[in-house]
Amino acid sequence: MAEEKKEAKIVGFLCNWCSYGGADTAGVSRFKQPTDLRIIRVPCSGRVDPLFVVKALESGADGVLVSGCHPRDCHYSEGNFYARRRLEVLKRFLPFMGIDPNRFEYTWVSASEGQRWQQVVTKFTEQIHNLGPAPKREEKSDR
Amino acid sequence: MTDREEKISELIKNELNNVDFFIAYGRGYDPIHVKPLFVYEEKDLDDLVMNIFCIHNNASYLKTVKDKKVGIVVKGCDSRAVVQLIQEGLINRDNLRIIGIPCTGVISIKKLKEKMDISRVTEAKVESDSVIIKTSDEEKRFEKDDLLADKCLWCQYPTPVIYDHLVGETIEPSRPKELEYKIVEEMEKEDLNVRFEYWNKELSRCIRCYACRNVCPMCVCQDQCVMESRNPHWISLKSNITEKVMIQLIHAIHLAGRCVSCGECERVCPMDIPIFKIKQKMNQIVEELFDYKAGIDLEATPPLYTFQVEEAKIKEREW
Repeated sequence: MAEEKKEAKIVGFLCNWCSYGGADTAGVSRFKQPTDLRIIRVPCSGRVDPLFVVKALESGADGVLVSGCHPRDCHYSEGNFYARRRLEVLKRFLPFMGIDPNRFEYTWVSASEGQRWQQVVTKFTEQIHNLGPAPKREEKSDR
Repeated sequence: MTDREEKISELIKNELNNVDFFIAYGRGYDPIHVKPLFVYEEKDLDDLVMNIFCIHNNASYLKTVKDKKVGIVVKGCDSRAVVQLIQEGLINRDNLRIIGIPCTGVISIKKLKEKMDISRVTEAKVESDSVIIKTSDEEKRFEKDDLLADKCLWCQYPTPVIYDHLVGETIEPSRPKELEYKIVEEMEKEDLNVRFEYWNKELSRCIRCYACRNVCPMCVCQDQCVMESRNPHWISLKSNITEKVMIQLIHAIHLAGRCVSCGECERVCPMDIPIFKIKQKMNQIVEELFDYKAGIDLEATPPLYTFQVEEAKIKEREW
């Protein structure tokens, strides 16, 4: 990055078996990655309640990234299939409430894909920087 | 008593031995207000009514009477809630006796209130397509369609989808289906930030009474509701806009693929917040993605309780 930008608040929910491993691989391989992402490790992407994402966004996160094993590769066989349905519903629902759908992404990264993790995290961080800080909700008392 | 009311009365009388009690509709404090009626014995039936003002979804009570044998009077829209509850295994079909009422629409008191002073109504009657409301000093005639609740204007299930006894003839759906998501589409014409401000403004009025949750036939967690739990602590007791928005988001997300569009949440809102829109958006998404409507088919699995290895309508993520 050429100029020093203010760091964005990005929350990442990574599954223990694939994406967390992938992020680890990226680190071990010393790939350069942006530092805006705060990682929360979850047992499986199927553990990610859409409310985790909503709560993070409502509490002031600028972006939320959920990442799990590739479909068919889930450690628990089917957790990410459930996650895929829930997260897709959520992604389509957010814009209705006025939340930019680009602030939330879900993707699949396996433990060996250090390179891919680097790309994902770089691209998502860039996307959030382009969107800028999330708008704050303000109470309107004109009743 | 009208013919229809007498028939319902008769059926309830015959069924009363098979159940602990019956949930029907009863006379309220004036002709346009109806209340849920709990029938334990024959004399309770004196108050029974069945008319255009019976807007409540009686299926909302089923979550509180899980292990009892209950009889219930349902309209088309209410019956969807019954089906959905059975689908999810939350109530047992064998414990239920259902009297189905084919319905051509019910009146929204909110809409009526906008058109006239309803504090002293003495008489209300329906003549073909108009509704006549008499008060002590005036008599007004309205087009029925102008007063019907929004959900009735796109109703696709005028006849109950589940019943033991049907009172009257089945009615074919005649309302335009396109109207169903009109409120959602209108809203989506606006920009993202306009929508953001819209919800901030509307939801600022929320007084956190939880009426929308309490009346919801699908909100079955009751005392375990995450909105009131300390652990997990999803929302605090602070009265600020973030918490108010969060309440609606929780409600909508917990209803994804389960909401039966009865519109009770918005009807009971004391602050007139248009929260039904949020539920309709969720229903639209579920219908688009999974071709599924809640509470229609007893055998169907709600879409978020299952998955397909290859999803027909979800694109693989590009990155």
